Amino acid sequence: MRIWRYGDDINTDMLFPGKYTYTCSTPEEIKPHLLEDLDPSFAKQVNKGDIIVAGRNFGCGSSREQPVVGLAAVGIQAVIAESFARIFFRAAINQGLLLIECPEAVHAYREGDEISIDVDKSVIKVGDRVFKFPKLPDEILAIREAGGLLPYTRLKLKKNKNKR
Amino acid sequence: MHDNAAAIIKKIQPELNEYGVYNTDLPVIVLDHVIPASDEKTALNHKIIREFVSKYKIKNFFDIGAGVCHQIMIEKGLALPGKLILGSDSHTCSYGAVGAFSTGIDRTEAAALLLTGETWLKIPHSIKITLKGRLTEGVYAKDLILTIIGEISASGADYCSVEFHGDVNQLTVDDRFTVANMGVEMGAKNAVFPPDEITEKYLSSIGVKKQSYKKIIPDEDAEYVKEFNYNLDDVEPVVSTPHSVDNVKPVSKVEGVEIHQCLIGTCTNGRLSDFRVAASILKGKKIHPNVRLLILPSSQYVMRESIREGLMDVFLSAGAVILPPGCGPCLGAHQGVLAPGERCLSTSNRNFKGRMGCKDAEIYLGSPATVAASALKGVITDPRSVMK
Repeated sequence: MRIWRYGDDINTDMLFPGKYTYTCSTPEEIKPHLLEDLDPSFAKQVNKGDIIVAGRNFGCGSSREQPVVGLAAVGIQAVIAESFARIFFRAAINQGLLLIECPEAVHAYREGDEISIDVDKSVIKVGDRVFKFPKLPDEILAIREAGGLLPYTRLKLKKNKNKR
Repeated sequence: MHDNAAAIIKKIQPELNEYGVYNTDLPVIVLDHVIPASDEKTALNHKIIREFVSKYKIKNFFDIGAGVCHQIMIEKGLALPGKLILGSDSHTCSYGAVGAFSTGIDRTEAAALLLTGETWLKIPHSIKITLKGRLTEGVYAKDLILTIIGEISASGADYCSVEFHGDVNQLTVDDRFTVANMGVEMGAKNAVFPPDEITEKYLSSIGVKKQSYKKIIPDEDAEYVKEFNYNLDDVEPVVSTPHSVDNVKPVSKVEGVEIHQCLIGTCTNGRLSDFRVAASILKGKKIHPNVRLLILPSSQYVMRESIREGLMDVFLSAGAVILPPGCGPCLGAHQGVLAPGERCLSTSNRNFKGRMGCKDAEIYLGSPATVAASALKGVITDPRSVMK
């Protein structure tokens, strides 16, 4: 597992350039362009289970969801940041990508530290230090448990139909 | 939704066949991002959207050339005080200009909304910005919002609702649009001017009756997480410098920086009032030979009125290129893409690295007056120096 460390205000153009917004929408089309203008090595070397550690306001800018779809598709285990931009935060819930807002963990992280995450207990271990992160409300966790917003919506539509 | 409606529809084809659209009066679709289509793929996307609109009898559809979705929402009276509007575009926050609560969502959420009409929202904390005094000559709403973002930072209003109070009666709905449009650039969920007589006058001018909206005004004892005060007399022409919107500097500090392309327009500053200011600077003059000037109206209405008022003639005589109303160059999707080593001064809302299609180019953001003055000189120029 590799940990990718980035700074503050990593915007959606850095995560996925705007020029591809209307020509790439499937995970396979998105993957080769992930973080293209920020870190060209990312798309080539990222592996399932990798973690991103970043600063403030991760994912700011456009509402394009390709960054989230792409990061989920390459198997990013979690993005741990000091804070997230709100559209990116929602998009991650909707795609089932785990985001952890935990400034203490970001500050504690040093290159070479191992990171492990226990979602059920809402704790994250950085090296030998343990941090708690805020648990999401149950309604929102239900979206993630269903595998994202579309599977969740399908379940809801089916349930409503059966009721009628 | 805009051109991304194609990707949204594709996600839920079987569900649409089975359940249909929740309420065909609710969606608004405007083709604006890559118009006219730049290649077969974008043409096919447009076709998919037109077929969807026709099959499900979507009430509010605007085909290419009508304008940028945000301008259409305000121009056609679709955004009104008291309304809750969600849009699959980050600059949906623009409708706070007329007192609506509006904010951006992703494509997947738009897809779910088409099917169910339901989603969740957290009630945001509020930030109060109080404006005092008057903007001086050569200083505009764009300078004000860039100054604010420079202080608050790109993340300073994350998740929050930003309210504008104080001496706001000098700001027209066009000015408020420019300010609210850039709310997301400081992380805001929405940026709102509580509706007042200016809002009412504007709505009445486009034929919206008072009975068709409900004004929502903050309580006297409303609580705010942060408060900021600005003396408008002290605001001066500013620009955002590469590569972040909050990297704001007074024009006086960057004067003389060479530029290769100028863009006046977009949903931030592509309205009639913006073009009037730019034309007053460019009238009877030629742009610098090393500069390309692109004019990008925010709607067909703006384009037609600009022609009628002779503004387009001023731009063409000065050596500008007129683009169809849309978004293209702002996001580097097509039209006006930059080459490595080039520098653009634009009235748009983002200067992220790679934003205009090239990661080795630089983008500065400023007011229409600053961009027009700079187009004449070929270098970043304080508009007040050419307005005298």
